[in-house]
This record gives sequence, C-alpha cells and structure tokens, in this order.
Amino acid sequence: MNRIVSKYQLSDEVFRIEVEAPMIAKARKPGQFVIVMLEEEFSERIPLTIADADPDRGTITLIFQTVGASTHRLAARKPGDSVGGILGPLGNPTHIVNFGTVVCVGGGIGVAPLHPIAQALKKAGNRVIAIVGARTKELIVMEAEIRAIADETIVVTDDGTYGRKALVTEPLKELCGASPKPDLAVAIGPPIMMKFCAEATRPFGVHTVVSLNTIMVDGTGMCGGCRVSVGGETKFVCVDGPEFDGHLVDFDAMMFRLKSYKNQEDEAHHRCHLDLEIDKAKDTGRLQRAD
Amino acid sequence: MKTKESLNSEAVEVLKNLDGKALTPRDRLGLPCQEMPEQVPADRAHNFSEVALGYGEAQARVEALRCLQCKTAPCVSGCPVRVPIPEFIKLIVDGDYAAAARSIKTVNMLPAICGRVCPQETQCQAPCTLGKSLHSIDKAVSIGRLERFAADFERENGLSTTPTVKPETGKKVAIIGSGPASITCAADVRREGHEVTMFEAFHKPGGVMVYGIPEFRLPKAIVKREIDALAQMGVLIDTNVLVGRTVTLAGLFGELGFNAAFIGSGAGLPKFAGIPGENLVGVFSANEYLTRANLMKAWDHDHAETPIYPSKIVMVIGGGNVAMDSARMALRLGAQEVHIVYRRTGAEMPARAEEVEHAKAEGIIFDFLQAPTRVLGTGTVNGLEVQRCELGEPDGSGRRSPVPVPGSERPLPCDTVIVALGNESNPLLKQATPELAVDKRGRIIVDENGMTSMPAVYAGGDIVLGSATVILAMGEGRRAANAINALLAGAS
Ligand SMILES: Cc1cc2nc3c(=O)[nH]c(=O)nc-3n(C[C@H](O)[C@H](O)[C@H](O)COP(=O)(O)OP(=O)(O)OC[C@H]3O[C@@H](n4cnc5c(N)ncnc54)[C@H](O)[C@@H]3O)c2cc1C
Ligand SMILES: Cc1cc2nc3c(=O)[nH]c(=O)nc-3n(C[C@H](O)[C@H](O)[C@H](O)COP(=O)(O)OP(=O)(O)OC[C@H]3O[C@@H](n4cnc5c(N)ncnc54)[C@H](O)[C@@H]3O)c2cc1C
Ligand code: SF4
Ligand code: SF4
Ligand code: FES
Repeated sequence: MNRIVSKYQLSDEVFRIEVEAPMIAKARKPGQFVIVMLEEEFSERIPLTIADADPDRGTITLIFQTVGASTHRLAARKPGDSVGGILGPLGNPTHIVNFGTVVCVGGGIGVAPLHPIAQALKKAGNRVIAIVGARTKELIVMEAEIRAIADETIVVTDDGTYGRKALVTEPLKELCGASPKPDLAVAIGPPIMMKFCAEATRPFGVHTVVSLNTIMVDGTGMCGGCRVSVGGETKFVCVDGPEFDGHLVDFDAMMFRLKSYKNQEDEAHHRCHLDLEIDKAKDTGRLQRAD
Repeated sequence: MKTKESLNSEAVEVLKNLDGKALTPRDRLGLPCQEMPEQVPADRAHNFSEVALGYGEAQARVEALRCLQCKTAPCVSGCPVRVPIPEFIKLIVDGDYAAAARSIKTVNMLPAICGRVCPQETQCQAPCTLGKSLHSIDKAVSIGRLERFAADFERENGLSTTPTVKPETGKKVAIIGSGPASITCAADVRREGHEVTMFEAFHKPGGVMVYGIPEFRLPKAIVKREIDALAQMGVLIDTNVLVGRTVTLAGLFGELGFNAAFIGSGAGLPKFAGIPGENLVGVFSANEYLTRANLMKAWDHDHAETPIYPSKIVMVIGGGNVAMDSARMALRLGAQEVHIVYRRTGAEMPARAEEVEHAKAEGIIFDFLQAPTRVLGTGTVNGLEVQRCELGEPDGSGRRSPVPVPGSERPLPCDTVIVALGNESNPLLKQATPELAVDKRGRIIVDENGMTSMPAVYAGGDIVLGSATVILAMGEGRRAANAINALLAGAS
C-alpha cells in the first residue's frame, strides 16, 4: 500500500499526485517509470512515468491523464488514500551526457515524462530548447516548470488558442533546418506525434529519442505484451526501453497494438463513469495535501 | 463417466470384499487401479474449477493397498526429492492420513501442489515395480494422487502444523522471487531462526504457480495456504519489489544488511517463434495470455479490470504443459475452436500425458506435424500459415526432428495465436549485477551447493535449470537453504 500525499489538478484531464514509495524514490533515474495497481485483487496494472521524486520525503510524483477506467479511478483518490501497490523503477534510465544542443518536444501529457529528462540534460550542460504543444490551451501542462529549465521554450497549440498556432513538428523542422542543427531531439507524447517528430528530423539526420507507451502487464520482461518492432527487431519496451531511436520504431504497428483492447476498454470506461462520480473528483482543482 | 461418489462406492465394495485379510503380492496386483474422479468434460470446458476432483477415502485406501511396499523402493529414486513413498502409502493403508502428510512433508513442503502438478509418469511412477509387473506405466501406483489425498486431508481438516522456528539468530537472508524454489528455501532458512524476507516483483507471491498454472489445474487457494504458512513462520513477504531495479543485489547486502541471498527468479522470458507477423494484434506469448487470465483474473469478467482478447478461433503453437494450459484456458474464456499446432507428433509432445488427455476430452483439436511459418493479417491476425512436416532423424533431445515439406504451406484461419514455446532466462537481474556469472543461455551458474559466482549469493529453480518443474525447483531451494544455513552457522 502506498499513501497519496498530495494531489493537484493541472488541467481538465491531467492530475499530479505525490505518493509514498521510499525505495523507488531513492532508486529512480530520469526516464524510468512505475506500474501502479489501485487495488490488489482485480485492478489493472498501469504504467506511469516518474515525473519527479523526493528521496528525503520518500515520495514520487506521477502526472497522468484520465483516459480510461483506471486513470479515472486514480484521479478520484484523495490525499490520505492509498493505492494497492507500486512497482518500480522500471525501464532503462535516459542516456544523459552533454550532447550540445537538445530539442525536447513534449506533446500533451508527454511534457510530464519529458520534464525530468530535460532537467537532467540541462544539468549535464546541454543547451535545452523546449517545444511544448497540445491540442488547445486548456491541455498545456507544466509550462512554467519547463520554462524554468529550458534555455528557450516554444509553446504551440493546434487551434491557436495559446502560443503559436502550429503542430510541434513545425518549430522542430525549423530548428533542424537552422545552422548549427541540434545534436539531439527527444520527443515524448502521443504515438502519432512521436511518429511525425521522427519523420520531421529524419531528413536532417538529427538523432531522435522517443519514449514509447505500449500496453504492459508485468513490466519485467516476462510477458512480451509490450513488444514493438525497432529496426526490424522485436524489443520489449519495459526492459529494452522505454526509449528508442525514433527513426527505427515501427509506429504504425505500435499504434495498432495500442488498440488491442479498445472495445473492452470503452466498456470498462463506460462502467466506470456510471459507478464513479467523476465530477466530484474534478472539482478538486486545488492542491490537496494529506496531513 | 463415473462420478466421484460412484468411484468411491466401488472402492468401498472392494475394501469390504478384502475384509481386512492379509494381502499377498498377487492379491495386490489384482486390485483395480483407482481412476481419478473428474468434472465432466462438457461442463469443465466452460468453468474454472478444478478438473481432477481427488480420491475419496475408500479410493485412496484401495490405491494404497496396491503398493507392494518394495524393500528397494525404486519409486523413491524416481522422485527428485526422495519422498518416502512406501512409508507414506503404508500410513494411508493404516488410515492415518495426517501422519502420511507429515511423512511426505519431511522432504516435500508442498505435497498438495506436487501431487497435482508433478509429471509423475516420468518421475516417481516411472520405475514403480507394480507398473512394471503389470506391463504398463499407467498401472503403476498413483503416487501423486495419494500424495494429493494425504495433503488435502490434512489441510481440509485443519491438521496442518506450522514448522517450529529456532530462536532468532539475528542473521538476515533475502529471498528473491516467490516460486517453489524460493518458498522451500525461505522455509528451510527460517526454521533455523534466521530473519527471512522474500522479495517478489508481482503483487502476489507464488511465481508460476499463481501467474502461469491455471486455477482449473492448481487452485490458487492452495498456493495461498502455503504462502500464509510462510508468513506464520515469520517470513516477511515484500511484494512489488523488483530486485535489480527497486534495490540492487549489492544494496541488499549493503544498506539493507542482509547476510545471504537466494535467487529464485524463475525463467520468465517468453520465447517467440521468430516468424513474420508475430507482432500483429491477436498474437500473445503464453505468459501474457495466462498472466492476464490467472494472476490478473481476467476470467472474472464482472470484477477484473484487466482485459483479455475476445477470441473465436485460437491457434496455440507448442506441445508442452504451457501450450496445454493456454489452449484449455482459451476454451474456458469462450473461444469456439482451439487448436494445438505442433511440429512433431503426439508421441514427442513434452506435455504431461494427463494434461493431453484432459485437453483432448475437452475438445481441443491437435494439428500434428505442422510448423507455423507466418502469422497472417494486416494489423490484426486473421490466420496462421503452417507447413506440413515429416519426422526425420532424432535430434539432440533424442526426439525425431520435424522436416518441413516445401510447398505444403496452407493457411489456418484464426483470430488469435498463442505462442507457447517455453521460457528462457530473464536477463534483468544479470544486467543489473554484472558480477553474477551466467551461461550462454543466461542461466545462473552455481556450484554443487547452489552457490553463485558471488559470495553468499545462492540460486536455484528455473533460473538455474532452465524451464524445469515445480519439484525440481523445490529441490534446488532446499539444497541452497542447507548451504545458507551452514554458511550462517559457520559465520556466527
Ligand atoms: C512506460 C510508460 C509510461 C507512461 N507514462 C504515463 C504518464 O506519465 N502519464 C500518463 O498519463 N500516461 C502514461 N502512460 C500511459 C498510461 O499507462 C495509460 O494511459 C493508462 O494505462 C491507461 O489506463 P486506463 O485504464 O485509464 O485507460 P484504458 O481504457 O485502459 O485505455 C485508454 C487508452 O490508453 C491506452 N492504454 C491502455 N492500457 C495501457 C497500458 N497498460 N499502457 C499504455 N497505454 C495503455 C490504450 O491504448 C487506450 O488508447 C505510460 C505508459 C507507458 C507504457
Ligand atoms: C504455464 C506453465 C505450466 C507449468 N506446468 C507445470 C506442471 O504441470 N508441473 C510442473 O512441475 N511444472 C510446471 N511448470 C514449470 C514450473 O512452474 C516451474 O518450473 C517452477 O515454477 C519454477 O519455480 P521457480 O521457483 O524457479 O520460479 P517461478 O515459479 O518462475 O517464480 C519466480 C518468481 O520470481 C519473481 N521474480 C523474478 N525476477 C525477480 C526479481 N528480480 N525480483 C523479485 N522477484 C522476481 C517472478 O515474478 C516470479 O514470481 C509450468 C510452467 C508454466 C509457465
Ligand atoms: S514429489 Fe512428485 S515425484 Fe516426488 S513422490 Fe511426490 S508426486 Fe512423485
Ligand atoms: S515401486 Fe511402486 S509398488 Fe514399489 S514401493 Fe514404490 S510405489 Fe509401491
Ligand atoms: S510488460 Fe510484460 S514484457 Fe514488458
């Protein structure tokens, strides 16, 4: 059991929770994730990136978007409540060295996992240019945190309600076309965004790291459910990843696999909305803390 | 098919006719082999309850009377942990079932489990004199079923006792994983009074016995009982800890102050067939399929939140226990048609004979001499292409190897493919611990005491043997426990 210490709503669908997990807080490195189970018996195992950690207080921070039944149920938990279990840190830490100039692209909720990576890259001496994007203004999260780290921050929205009206790929292309071109791009967001970021950088030969969010069960390399094709080879995202060379990932196959359980998930989500008074959870837009 | 009650009444009659008279070996040879009562195939193919129902008391007595009580007891040498077979069978004859269970438990901590899942036909029952005399291994004494009977009797009547634990020594032992190797090692080390903590990556302890072997073959309540017994002995069970990631092996010894460690992390790396189309939606490793179904309880549609793929026609690739379990699980989860696709013939299949019989009775279709060449479909599976094979020369395993016939490819329509080709060693712990020596196949190398290349670190079970069996894993756990106990006794 892990106690939720605080909870904060970042946007309509995005929540940040801080939860007790002392061993994970101590061991984790940027780029790693955990698997959360809400209850021991019947819950799903949901992978979430460790957005931040405080080894002294023994807590980790998770930022998640309510997309289906499990994430909605998590969003309904209050400070002081617990979750059934958290396994981690999982996956390989991001390879952090001084590359030179790195463009960090975060789409939607992808900004959350991007944040610790950008932070570490900056600390390693890189010049960090951040591109933060979302469909609309409401869905931009953690802009201030990113601005605090990055040497330069570009905000874009699909509908132009905030920042520049563009997709993240546009400023990315411009940066790659400039001279000197960036030494590395890191793109984290919805699969379709990562796919097009990889396409955007490919002609310029800018190495592009993506962090994949496949369906997972164990997260320890035992089931193979998270497998993706990278450069024609099968890789397990939970142990070989989650970060891969975006130019080699077969995104189309991955996006297909993400939809494996679409019907059941929709049904579960529907059931969950019926038995959960989700709106109650939503009006908790202020910071909540357990004493 | 006879019911449990009718089989037992027949046994009652047999016992009446014997009327307590002393039996000659010839009499014993003439006693009827006791059939295992089972759920009717048509029913059990659609429920998750245990298939084999277990002997009634009279049946157990008759089966026990069949044992010739051989002086040399060849059966014992067939058992990897040397269960005192004639001794416990004699106790069943005498009607002291709890004593029979205690007798088995002197060497085998988990008789209710082994009685159910041991491949007896290749172990204890293979060399049985009775089977030899009757010219059929099927007519050997049903040692496993008797073992199960004694263990179930003890458990169901609340007669199980928790092993006594010696005074605390203040020494700490870490057990990594919670499968049969780890359970055995934990109990044996704890008995000596050492503090034992078992670390398990999953949220539930038990290893393959909870995530792989299905409920209909091994009820999870039985595994839970064994775990509870460990807890009663004072073994600390720490779930959701992945050693190598949450804490390193060095960290266990350093900060956490452990004096010795046992690695029982299992095999846990699914083998795929390496054929095109294997990453399509609808292709699963048996591990994933069974974990969703068992551990995550996807079979309980009303409660479980983990989804399972809705299958109509399923092709299971492989011929071992894992393949049988996957196929029978798919059937129970509602598939209309389930095939086992195997490259060789029934004679070469490594699965336990009983499981194959059960699968056949339930309506699983066996497609022998078919090698899968390609999974068909765009995005989602719509077929499995197979090539016909012929049996050639024996290969390294002594089995005749399949030779594909070129041009014989044909598609088998299906929506799901389950790859059940067994497991290799999960490399995670090794990667996090470079000084841990492993062989070419990633198995941890140990000496005759189960000690690894690292001081005070022992290993056993599937991570050492490759995919093996529950009982072999337990034997390894015990061997390492003895070495750990010796090490800690010496060090004090
Ligand atoms: C390594 C990794 C890190 C992740 N980090 C974050 C994060 O920091 N914040 C965040 O909001 N989300 C993150 N995700 C995605 C998150 O795990 C899913 O959104 C979540 O599991 C959905 O569960 P649900 O029951 O609410 O939705 P469901 O109804 O189950 O699914 C809704 C959608 O989420 C996808 N999905 C379902 N199950 C999974 C799964 N196990 N893994 C990935 N996607 C899934 C489905 O394709 C579907 O489109 C991460 C995923 C991975 C693999
Ligand atoms: C589907 C299936 C059916 C089978 N049927 C039979 C049968 O009928 N009869 C039979 O005798 N055998 C059978 N077997 C084989 C048998 O289950 C195994 O040989 C046996 O369970 C091995 O035991 P073990 O203790 O080595 O490890 P496992 O049972 O594999 O348990 C290992 C445990 O360690 C955990 N773990 C791994 N790495 C770490 C880590 N780094 N940190 C923490 N925890 C970790 C895992 O999560 C797992 O729970 C079957 C196997 C499968 C897969
Ligand atoms: S432990 Fe297994 S092999 Fe040994 S006697 Fe029991 S059933 Fe037979
Ligand atoms: S070999 Fe068979 S008949 Fe002889 S003691 Fe063992 S079980 Fe009994
Ligand atoms: S989640 Fe099971 S192998 Fe990656």
